[in-house]
Amino acid sequence: MLFWARYVLVERRRWFTEREFVETLAMGQLLPGPNIFNLGLMIGYRHAGFAGAFAAIAGFMGWPFLIVIGIGMLYARYEHLPLVQQALSGMSAAAVGLLIANGLKMASVLPRRWRPWLFTALAFIGVGALRWPLIGVLGVLAPFGVAAAWWEKR
Amino acid sequence: MDRPDVPALFLHFLMLSAMAVGGTQTVMPDMYRYVVDVQHWITSKQFADAYALAQAAPGPNVMYVTLIGWQVAGWSGAIATTLALVIPSTAFTLLFTRLTARNPGAPFGRALRRGLAPVAIGLTLASAWVLVRSVNHDWHGYLITLLTVAIVLRTRTNPLWLIAAGATAGMAGLV
Repeated sequence: MLFWARYVLVERRRWFTEREFVETLAMGQLLPGPNIFNLGLMIGYRHAGFAGAFAAIAGFMGWPFLIVIGIGMLYARYEHLPLVQQALSGMSAAAVGLLIANGLKMASVLPRRWRPWLFTALAFIGVGALRWPLIGVLGVLAPFGVAAAWWEKR
Repeated sequence: MDRPDVPALFLHFLMLSAMAVGGTQTVMPDMYRYVVDVQHWITSKQFADAYALAQAAPGPNVMYVTLIGWQVAGWSGAIATTLALVIPSTAFTLLFTRLTARNPGAPFGRALRRGLAPVAIGLTLASAWVLVRSVNHDWHGYLITLLTVAIVLRTRTNPLWLIAAGATAGMAGLV
């Protein structure tokens, strides 16, 4: 999805330079919510104000919403079939692999210092292994993480 | 299964969506905790299936949030979780775009990004951990997961092919 977003916005339409694209994407990653969705919103808003923002939302969510509901209906109807069950098990195993690889790729650009990795480990243990509520874990780790990054920079 | 309380579902997902810094996959463990462990509205298998199906569907990967809402309470659940996903990120993004249109590389913004990135990575791996434990029940499943990880890290294969390969392996009775 990101690949296509870059291709259309930077290369075909030239609404963005490469640098603007990277910076806008970085901002989208900073904000809560799906990165690509935030990126679309920022683009829409920049070019056409609120109308552009709403066009971006509708474009992002409209068809995918209906498609995914259609899939949900098919699932409700056929999930009990053994072949569907087996296909879903295999798909799930692969989908988890994609998620792990995604996390590992993100981790590969972390600086080789212990502090960022400590925050990664604490977030993983708190939410993944201990299954603590996110709000508590993030409420503690986020301020300390940002403070550490701020302090480290000087 | 308890009768789902759609307003409660909406409010919980709204709160999570507002915390989803670094992408929606960072709040997936808490979605799981809420709808599966705490409320028992859906099973861990339904949750994992919704995630896998949404990855295979056209559109943003986050549509699993809609599908989970659908699994919990049908149309009203799907609309509730989708709105909960869209509202906070829209509000924050528009606000942020207005405030910082001039100065994207400000020092505080950089510290925020550098400080939150490690946490977001830990949460992404936590999502994978939560899912992997509800998805795979024997070494066959783990083998497919491992192969997928290796292929993604070493090649530029389109992820859809890997999901399709997983489905095929499953149908062939390998999982």
